[in-house]
Amino acid sequence: MAHNNQEDKLSTKAPKLTMVLFSGDLDKTLAAFIIATGAAASGWSVYIFFTFWGFTVLRDPNKKSKTSKDMMGKMFSSMLPKSAAGQKLSKMNMLGLGTSMMKRRMSTKNVQSVQAFIKDAKELGVHFLACDLSMELLGINADELIDEVDKVCGVGTFLEESKDADVSLFI
Amino acid sequence: MADETLDVKGLSCPRPLVETQKKLRKMEVGKTLEIIGDHGPSKTEIPNAMKSLGQEILSVTEEGKVWHIIIKKTN
Repeated sequence: MAHNNQEDKLSTKAPKLTMVLFSGDLDKTLAAFIIATGAAASGWSVYIFFTFWGFTVLRDPNKKSKTSKDMMGKMFSSMLPKSAAGQKLSKMNMLGLGTSMMKRRMSTKNVQSVQAFIKDAKELGVHFLACDLSMELLGINADELIDEVDKVCGVGTFLEESKDADVSLFI
Repeated sequence: MADETLDVKGLSCPRPLVETQKKLRKMEVGKTLEIIGDHGPSKTEIPNAMKSLGQEILSVTEEGKVWHIIIKKTN
């Protein structure tokens, strides 16, 4: 688990945010990370549960699984984005043209990429929970995930963390 | 003069706040940090967030679009 000194010191009064990131769309993922990093930078304790399409954000394009997959698993995992870099806009994608225009615009407007947000989130102590069912359904193995993942778990962990959360979001 | 300065001009939401907290975490207690930026909402959002983190706001000033926030790290 990531260690966050600020969080420890303020554990009795720090507000808490839990979030389900279900969407794998670029725009929604950005929104999720803007909220998460903004909260973490303000001293909140933050947990993101990555599930279904949102799970693809956790894939590391440089890691190849050493564990075998069944045929459907292979098919799904090869069709899904290999990392956050492969995400598309939920609207105005226009066969990728809209997404690449938006990415160019983001860089001229100094808006960082999802990958950079992942690094910032981790540095500020955001907890990354990876849904184990998504992993199985999408044919992605634990050894293909980015190092930022704190643990692979079920909905029980998300609910446990959400019990005392002040804000809980589904994106 | 603050002990450290952080230029976040040109950065948009939520990066001025995120960069402030990243910088502050690496600083020693008792040191001061001056943040210089031009993202409008951050002028009030950074002091609010830092107050809730228990840090001390020494000053908030503005010249045109550019604001300066000076914080003392107290924990």
